[in-house]
Amino acid sequence: MAVTLTINGQRRDFDASPEMPLLWFLRDVAGLTGTKFGCAAGLCGACSVLMDGVRVFGCQTPVGDAVGKSITTIEGLTQQPLGKALVEAWNEVDVVQCGYCQPGQIVAAASLIATNPKPDDAAIDAGMSGNICRCGTYPRIRAAIHRAAQIHAGEPA
Amino acid sequence: MTGTTRRDVLIGSGLFGAALMVPVAFGSSRSRAAGAPSLAGNTWLGVDAQGRVTLALPKTEMGQGILTTITMIAAEELAVRPVDVVVSIPDGDSVRFAPIDQGTGGSTSVREVWQPLREAGARARIALVNAGARQWGVPAAECDAHDGAVVHRPSGKVLAYAALVAAAAAAPLPTEAPVRPASAYAVIGKSHRRLDGDAKARGVAEYGIDVVVPGMKYAAISVSPIFGGKLAGVDEAAARAVQGVTGVIRGADVVYVVGDNTWAVRQGITAAKAQWTADAASTDTQQAGVIAAVAAALDKPGFVAATSGDLEAARVGAAHRFSATYTQPFLAHATMEPANCVAHVHDGQCEIWTGSQIPGDARKAAAKRLGLPLDKVTLHNRLMGGGFGRRLEADMVERCVDLAKQVPFPVKLIWSREEDMSHDWYRPAYADHIDIAIGADGKIAAWEHKIAGSSIMARLLGPAFKGVDDDAVEGAITPIYPARARKVTFQQQESLVPTSWWRGVGPLRSAFVMESAIDEVAHQVGADPIAFRLAHIEDPRARAVLEQARDKAGWGTAVAPGVGRGVAVIHLWDTYMAAVAEVTVDKDHQIAVKTVTVVVDCGQAVNPSGVAAQIDSGIIFGTAGALYGEVTIANGRVEQSNFHDYRVLRMNEAPVIHTTLIDNHEKPGGMGEPPNAVIFPALANAVFAATGKRLRNLPLQKGLEAG
Repeated sequence: MAVTLTINGQRRDFDASPEMPLLWFLRDVAGLTGTKFGCAAGLCGACSVLMDGVRVFGCQTPVGDAVGKSITTIEGLTQQPLGKALVEAWNEVDVVQCGYCQPGQIVAAASLIATNPKPDDAAIDAGMSGNICRCGTYPRIRAAIHRAAQIHAGEPA
Repeated sequence: MTGTTRRDVLIGSGLFGAALMVPVAFGSSRSRAAGAPSLAGNTWLGVDAQGRVTLALPKTEMGQGILTTITMIAAEELAVRPVDVVVSIPDGDSVRFAPIDQGTGGSTSVREVWQPLREAGARARIALVNAGARQWGVPAAECDAHDGAVVHRPSGKVLAYAALVAAAAAAPLPTEAPVRPASAYAVIGKSHRRLDGDAKARGVAEYGIDVVVPGMKYAAISVSPIFGGKLAGVDEAAARAVQGVTGVIRGADVVYVVGDNTWAVRQGITAAKAQWTADAASTDTQQAGVIAAVAAALDKPGFVAATSGDLEAARVGAAHRFSATYTQPFLAHATMEPANCVAHVHDGQCEIWTGSQIPGDARKAAAKRLGLPLDKVTLHNRLMGGGFGRRLEADMVERCVDLAKQVPFPVKLIWSREEDMSHDWYRPAYADHIDIAIGADGKIAAWEHKIAGSSIMARLLGPAFKGVDDDAVEGAITPIYPARARKVTFQQQESLVPTSWWRGVGPLRSAFVMESAIDEVAHQVGADPIAFRLAHIEDPRARAVLEQARDKAGWGTAVAPGVGRGVAVIHLWDTYMAAVAEVTVDKDHQIAVKTVTVVVDCGQAVNPSGVAAQIDSGIIFGTAGALYGEVTIANGRVEQSNFHDYRVLRMNEAPVIHTTLIDNHEKPGGMGEPPNAVIFPALANAVFAATGKRLRNLPLQKGLEAG
């Protein structure tokens, strides 16, 4: 059936079941593969997207729940100032290893900084512990979030 | 790169703007497809007609950073910036890369390519320099390569590679082509940002799971959850009733559901309610029995892996005697990207897209499975969302071609996390017994080490296996502690549980046992664990990393109750590493790792930032494994299924890691695995320091809670 969704600022009609999780909708129907499949159980955060600016797990969010909301994926986020600041910080700190979880990490970090522009380590732990990285990039993610907060606030390194 | 990719499907669809749609294999090189090299340094490194250095990556990128590292080495020899090298991830092709093995494991990549890569680069560079000298009519000795051009030093004349490559290629390759001396390094040894980092961060890097080919359908898989089980029944009607499901395909021990998207086939595989049968030998297989059999194998004489001196004679008059048994469990890899593969079988040929650590061997496995000649099978390799040894097996490719040969379209097969976790090839469960005698002179008189467990090498070698698994005993037969007499044995003990490589492999098992045992001996004789080690270690590089770790970690300074520091030192994969872990154990016996101080001497570090990243990686991956990692068997099935019951480390549990890199120009050592191996014993030793409880059976958290 037809559903109308706003993804990365563009309103479009799609043929999809309202029960389909956003994760599979984004990857298989919309062709936005930056959103990753990790567990399909809300345990790893690889499928994180922003819904009205707040991080949700794409694997736990039916398409029907996204109707009337604004969905931002990693592809859209990185066109926005906060997303650009995050990617710049990620590159500066040289965070990425296998990289598979990183779009989800950056989406979670965007949600964190949007509500807490200068998160301390405890706030980073609270905001980021829903995202698993098996490569162990956590120390550099922590550093990159501090740096992204600076960049986004227009502060020097 | 292949011609059929997401680009073909999605470019111009205009859904979200083309800028968001351009798939990038890595970095920005995708948009600058390499031409055929005009000047070939070897079969995978050259310079194209535009003067660009082209590199087909001879090893696979799973997150360890080898794409960047190898590119840096090529850039050094060819005097260009790493970002100027056009890198491609090549198809599986054992012949093209021989004698380099595309298979990527065992921390071998830099060690294997270091010399041939530099020699190939030097040949191409000297060929260009010679061409410039000929053109100018000057001695080649007055010319050098710099920033993608040849320079005549006395006159300052410059010719870009593009202007010289045809002439260079027309002449025979130079036979004398010395590699750059370390004193001249402009790239090697200087931290370089990962070349694939930006594309991965922006979500536009293409992993195997992201591949889309025209006309492709999706598939889900369910393999018998019981080892050795067979498919007994499927509710095919229920599966087909799911909207978007187009087919149900049965195999002996497997069922596939095929359809229009992943969601449809995931629902379909659940609706199929596959039924399984298995004989009692399978369904009666229990964790306790499997582990007991491994431990019991220690009572057999075993096959001798190394022996020197007379063990019994050396034990006579010993001042101290220590013996203990250690056990380590089955472990899953739990890569973030679950197993997956795309395949298209048609007209007597097969095309495969996947992320594999063994692209050449996986291609051969597919050809064998399909009964096709190798030249009819193509495997396009992709970036991997983690490897850790999981993708050193080809089962995801074999299962996918089994399906693809039965359907007339390309098909993308994705394992659910639960299927991935319960059908892994697990790190073997091991039991080790160690017996150490300290002589009256305080030296190690006798060291006996018995190892038992599944043998991965026996499976791979078949009849050529002679009883000693050379991987399993690695590290155990080359200890950093001299002894007057030594004996190391291996005894194979299999179960129904399939086993394979897991980051750290045999040396990780050895390191946990040996560095736990030496710590126990130190405490038994009343010595400081670091001082005791230093009293025995003779290798100056091993001593140096240990001494620096001691000093940087504040070893010996007071700690609060419930806090403990543990140390370990290794010389494995040609790398020296020492770690001091500081842990806290609370009143509920919960272990938290606060800081880890690591000192590494891996010889010439090509990319120091990459070395430090691998240390973060191995320490955190290994901490998860040491504290929590355990796969258990009940009624012939794996009990773990997802991240709720196979615990891994999260951000709030990650230690602060202090890394010191000893700067030198020794031959490069491996870096993918040493930190993962050093942290297991360091943590066990730290928990002992914090609690007084010696945990000889992993995982540590379970052991501590068991009291």
